[in-house]
Amino acid sequence: MAENSNNPYDINGQHFNPDMYFQKLLKECTLKQIMDHEAEIIKNTQILHSDMQTLVYENYNKFISATDTIRKMKTDFKEMEDNMDLLAKNMDSITSFSEQISSTLQGTRQQIAKLSSVHTLLKKLQFLFKLPGNLKDKINEENYAQAVQDYIHAQRVLNQYGNMPSFQGIQKDCEDIVQELKSRLRMQFHKRDASTKSLAENVDLLLQLKEPADSLCAEFLTHADERLTEQLDVLKDMCENDIIEFIDMASSGFLSDLCLIVASYNDMFINRPPSEDNEFTDDFDTKATARLNSYIMKNMKKYFDLIGKRVENVADTSILVKALDKFHRRLQAMNTLCKDTDFARTGTNIVINAGRKQCRNHLDNLKSHLSETLVKVRQILTTKTSQEGDNSLAELQALLIMPVIEKIKGVLQDLLVFLQPDLSFSLKTQFLQNFCVDEVREGLIVGFLHHLVITASGFCAGSDIPKFPPTLLLLLSKMCIEFKENNVKYLLTTTDDLFNMKQYTSSGNVITTESEICDKFQEAAQNLLNHYVRIQGLAVSQMLRKSVETRDWLHTIEPRTVRAVMKRVVEDVTLIDTQVAALYDDSDGQVDRSSDSSRKTHSVSVSRHHYRSSWSSYTPNHMDSSLVTNIHKLFSERIEIFSSVQFNKASILTGIIKISLKTFLECVRLRTFSKYGLQQIQVDTHYLQLYLWRFVSDENVVHFLLDEILGSAVHRCLEPVLMEPSVVDIICERG
Amino acid sequence: MENDSPVIYGLEFQTRALSAQTAETDIVRFLVGTQSLKFNNNQVHLVELNEETGGLKTQVFHHPIGEIWSLQASPTEPNIFITCYNTLSDDGSCQMKGALWKLPELKEYTNDVESLKKLADIDVTPHGTDLKTIAYHPMDSTKAVSVVDNKFILWDLTDNGPQATTSGTLASKGQPRFTNGKWNPHNGCNQFVTLNENNVHLDFNVNRQYILSTCGDDGYMKFWDIRSPTEPILSRMEHSHWVWSIRINRFHDQLVLTSSSDSRVILCSIASISSEPFGHIVTPEDDCAQNDYNCKKNKLEDGVVGRYEEHEDSVYAVEWSSADPWTFASLSYDGRLVLNKVPRKYKYQILL
Repeated sequence: MAENSNNPYDINGQHFNPDMYFQKLLKECTLKQIMDHEAEIIKNTQILHSDMQTLVYENYNKFISATDTIRKMKTDFKEMEDNMDLLAKNMDSITSFSEQISSTLQGTRQQIAKLSSVHTLLKKLQFLFKLPGNLKDKINEENYAQAVQDYIHAQRVLNQYGNMPSFQGIQKDCEDIVQELKSRLRMQFHKRDASTKSLAENVDLLLQLKEPADSLCAEFLTHADERLTEQLDVLKDMCENDIIEFIDMASSGFLSDLCLIVASYNDMFINRPPSEDNEFTDDFDTKATARLNSYIMKNMKKYFDLIGKRVENVADTSILVKALDKFHRRLQAMNTLCKDTDFARTGTNIVINAGRKQCRNHLDNLKSHLSETLVKVRQILTTKTSQEGDNSLAELQALLIMPVIEKIKGVLQDLLVFLQPDLSFSLKTQFLQNFCVDEVREGLIVGFLHHLVITASGFCAGSDIPKFPPTLLLLLSKMCIEFKENNVKYLLTTTDDLFNMKQYTSSGNVITTESEICDKFQEAAQNLLNHYVRIQGLAVSQMLRKSVETRDWLHTIEPRTVRAVMKRVVEDVTLIDTQVAALYDDSDGQVDRSSDSSRKTHSVSVSRHHYRSSWSSYTPNHMDSSLVTNIHKLFSERIEIFSSVQFNKASILTGIIKISLKTFLECVRLRTFSKYGLQQIQVDTHYLQLYLWRFVSDENVVHFLLDEILGSAVHRCLEPVLMEPSVVDIICERG
Repeated sequence: MENDSPVIYGLEFQTRALSAQTAETDIVRFLVGTQSLKFNNNQVHLVELNEETGGLKTQVFHHPIGEIWSLQASPTEPNIFITCYNTLSDDGSCQMKGALWKLPELKEYTNDVESLKKLADIDVTPHGTDLKTIAYHPMDSTKAVSVVDNKFILWDLTDNGPQATTSGTLASKGQPRFTNGKWNPHNGCNQFVTLNENNVHLDFNVNRQYILSTCGDDGYMKFWDIRSPTEPILSRMEHSHWVWSIRINRFHDQLVLTSSSDSRVILCSIASISSEPFGHIVTPEDDCAQNDYNCKKNKLEDGVVGRYEEHEDSVYAVEWSSADPWTFASLSYDGRLVLNKVPRKYKYQILL
């Protein structure tokens, strides 16, 4: 800028140097340019000149008019001076008058002031004197709020002058009236129809009257309690009603009231604006809150107890779930009201309990269904004649399994409503996990399967004299096998799929595995089958035993027939065989020999040959007491009598026959035989030989035992002479 | 050096009757009676175990009057025993009789068949035909009870010859028969227990009053408290056929032997019913911490201790030795006598 302002070439600048400018022009510009520039400068000069003239003229005019104005003002000021003097004079006279007046009136004024103060005092006194009456009137008009206000106004004065006798009277009257007022207000508490709002007002008034807040809280709650108890009683009476109705009633009656009570209580005692001059003690707030909380807890507990009990027995699951949903939703709303307590948890627990109870109910139903089925099957088994054996057993088997499976499937479907996504408690993983895993899977399904195993196994326990048809053991054993092989897997898979088990079991909780349950079923099936074999074996044994024990073997005639008991044994074993065949296959990979009639004779001849090899050459002359048996034993394995049985027909029958023949053997050894007695045993064992081999998997077992029996009879015989084999054949053929 | 392997002695006859030589408390000796319908061929075998060598010494005696169904040694005199035997009467039918025997005094065991001295007949035939047993009083060798048909007869065996002093009859519907009998070693040994159900045998626990064990044709061994006879205290099925004999060890009454027609002898430890406390009283608890072995021992559970498979035929009798609490003998129908010992491991568990 300094440069600019110092620029000698700036035509409008302060330091303009015309010569330098001119020189510069001459140097830089063409002639034409210079000439144009000259014309321009001339024109500018002219404009500036005329502007200057105009300005000078205007300024001159203004100066002249200003001079005129000043001249005029000079004359006006003179006039004003005169007026001011006049005014001063008047003011002086006013002052003197005023002084005159005040001096005159001074005495009276003091009197008036005194009078007026007396007047207000009298007015106050009048208010006080009238106060009792007023209060009464207002109380009668039920304008309690005004009455309280009046009283509070007067109270301070009364307290101050309370020692004067006249005031004492008034104070006493007032206090009496207020006392009555208080009692009236309290009376309101006890009115049944008093609304919560009016109650709140009453409490407010009482608080203003300096009633102890603590006792008011208590009284308020006591009264509220009565009303809630009524509501609960109503609910209790409704327990028989529809559960939805019940829950609705609980929500609209009990819960609404409770909410209202809590809200009023909070407004009255806890959230009071601090501006008012109520002198609550410091810890009143905490005390009042504690009181309220315990009150809420107490009542909610009653409520929960009632609900908990009510939801335990609802037959229709979908209605139950609907009711639980309503209950749970309402409770969530409650939770926002009473912040300090967590009813949602309790509520969820009630839902969980209801779920559990529902599962238990279903479990109980399943159990009783099972026992009914068992009773039915037992009845059929007892009444059924033995002839219609095979087919009806398979039917009974189906009757034992299918309805149970169907029933479980129905139960699972029924329980599925608990998982509907729009339910308020379906968001709670706590509930879902507990319900799906602990209740449905473990409690209901696994629980039932365990019950089934235990029930079935229970038939093994107890005495050997069964109170039920032994076929039942066979059926139950087969049932356990069926469960092990098919149904357990099916039920668990179905359950796991329906109830999203994968989702809930990942978090490390232990669940019963399929194999665990299957093992149990396998074990039960084995025990049942072993027991069946034992029982049937003992039954056949018993016949054989009686037949040996009751006969006088020393004095018996030459045998002409097979003894009836042997035929009976074969019949019984045949019957057992048909029963078992209805449920179990012949041994795996073996030919069904009973259908192969051509083999019968062949096998008999083989066995007869084998049979004779031990004893046919046996005469009293060269009888070596135990050589034959001992040599025989060298080549045969020890026979387990009550050994474990396999799940096929031949193994089962072998077991039964082994037990029976072993008994036969032991009984024979306890007796002494004559020649004919021995020969009767010879005929009998040969008969058994002819008919029993076909039932067993290894006919050598039968041969061995029958050999032992005959051998023992030989030992126990006074005159051991055997019958001609051909004669034995003929007797046996005759049947 | 003790040897735990079984010692086997074979007889040439069928056998059912076995008794320890009860009054002999130093030497392990057993008496075996044979069953042969060639009645004068029957024998009594005296079998002695040499505990030093594990070998056997045996002496055979004639029992020429019938096949022996039961044999019982005197509780006080080592040389005296009773047999119940079956013989043929003149009319060709079988008859059960009893006899009191005395072993001859021998300097050495011989290979000859020696003769027994028959002290007296115990003639039960007037009372019935089906003699099951003649059982010595547990302490007093002058008393014995026989069980015949539905009667029991108390015998006085003093020098004047056996005299029936008392008898009793079981009377009820359906011709009941006694099948066995046993003295109760408690209450001054003045009770005799009889059985009248088929094929059940029993033994008392001499150390615990009221406790008795039974076995039978249901295959079970059962323990009973005779004060509450409706249910057994314990029942176990270890055998796969009838259990013919059960014997509780007199010295260590958790040891129970059973023999069965499944050809097995089984030794069980039933500590839960024994008179000894469960295991032994180990003084303070810290003792336990120091010695794990002790701890395990104290928690010994009921179970099978030994399973003896040396027999190949039904084992009808098993007896503990009267001299050595750890030795026992079992006898099978095929004439095989097996002497066994309680497994040493278990023996030490009991002793230590």
